[in-house]
Amino acid sequence: MTADILKGGFANAPVDAAHAFRAAMNVMARPGTIEVLNGAEPPAPVSVAAGTLLLTLCDPDTPLHLAGDYDCEAVRSWISFHIGAPIVAAERAMFALGKWEALAPVTRFAIGTPEYPDRSATLIVEQAELDQDGMSLRGPGIKDCASMSLPEAETFQMNATLFPLGLDFFFTSGEQVSALPRTTKVEVA
Amino acid sequence: MSDYNFAYLDEQTKRMIRRAILKGLAIPGYQVPFASREMPMPYGWGTGGVQVSAATLTPEDTLKVIDQGADDTTNAVSIRKFFEKTAGVATTEETAQASVIQTRHRIPEEDLREDQILVYQVPIPEPLRFLEPSEIETRKMHSLEEYGLMHVKLYEDIAKHGAIATSYAYPVKIEGRYVMDPSPIPKFDNPKMEMAAIQLFGAGREQRIYALPPYCQVVSLDFEDYPFEASKADHACDMCGATNSYLDEVIMDDAGNRMFVCSDTDYCASRRKAGHLGAQAAAASAALKETAA
Repeated sequence: MTADILKGGFANAPVDAAHAFRAAMNVMARPGTIEVLNGAEPPAPVSVAAGTLLLTLCDPDTPLHLAGDYDCEAVRSWISFHIGAPIVAAERAMFALGKWEALAPVTRFAIGTPEYPDRSATLIVEQAELDQDGMSLRGPGIKDCASMSLPEAETFQMNATLFPLGLDFFFTSGEQVSALPRTTKVEVA
Repeated sequence: MSDYNFAYLDEQTKRMIRRAILKGLAIPGYQVPFASREMPMPYGWGTGGVQVSAATLTPEDTLKVIDQGADDTTNAVSIRKFFEKTAGVATTEETAQASVIQTRHRIPEEDLREDQILVYQVPIPEPLRFLEPSEIETRKMHSLEEYGLMHVKLYEDIAKHGAIATSYAYPVKIEGRYVMDPSPIPKFDNPKMEMAAIQLFGAGREQRIYALPPYCQVVSLDFEDYPFEASKADHACDMCGATNSYLDEVIMDDAGNRMFVCSDTDYCASRRKAGHLGAQAAAASAALKETAA
């Protein structure tokens, strides 16, 4: 164990997690909005926002999948010290973290069951940047229409047709976070 | 305050509740099971709402708690004190000043804003429970979108009473999918549920959390020939004269005298402060002036 993995947790866990959750809840309730999310200092390649999300939402009760180059020794050790989430294959994951290409195909992840649609995975997608240009979004949480940059449209359109089943997504970049629940209708603007 | 973790609950419990809230927002109207904790107040006193509020509050928040619209009733006062003590948050009775509002059985009269959160205390979250006692069955009914029974109930109301007699906890359909219990708010409040604020529902004893994102479609169930009507007492507030607010009927004496007052105490007080007077308040102040003269 190196000293590095002991660092980068919340300085004041109850308060930092409360702030982080409010940002996460706001973006999930209002697709298309971008909020600042910080407090964690995770090892590369995990962004500050993604690390903060993990600290806020994950614990030993939440199996986590690390996709692609996120599945490395530094990240695994940091997660096992600060969070304790078991690292699992995509099929068993409640949360997943990685770049969009590495998370594909997303059909591997749990979409819930008709009686328990909440037993579905939440994917944390790391992006180079987040901005409010790009696809147009409609659905609950959006007054008329919102827009957001997404890695593609087709997967999210397919995901929305599964409703009430489906996956929910957070997008993270640096200290920024946005989200896309399964209810949002995505169209190429 | 240092005797408690921030907002009373431990961090692992808050994470569990927060995950349930996020899934609730992603599946509007669906009841997410959660591992409700014992709180230092009995079930039925808002333990669900308290747990949701505890997982939602930040130290910068200003909390308002209402019970049937009133800020000064036992339930509201004790929950407000609970969070003053365990979270150290500021509290208020003014709707506009609050960032988080925990409510029992009312939605404030004043329109809520995007930066506000409304937390409902819910006794029975399952709208089908009084029609079908089995959780296995009701869960199956939700999954199959089988809500015929609810329409039969409303139809029986019409057959027996000539109108839909359900006046509170009036069932709503969310985004054309889940039938949801709006908690026992009067049906007068149902149309307000399509609002700018996030709405969170917590049922402690029944261990369910559900949620509505802002601007979510909320339709009160009805029939073409018996459309939904957001009814209230056909009267103006005797204190502030408001004609558009939900009223409580208060019996004044044994002679059958009564008065109608806004159930939303903050709304009523701010209207009176602005100079609006209802019939009985005007009469009382005239009588006072006479005595003084």
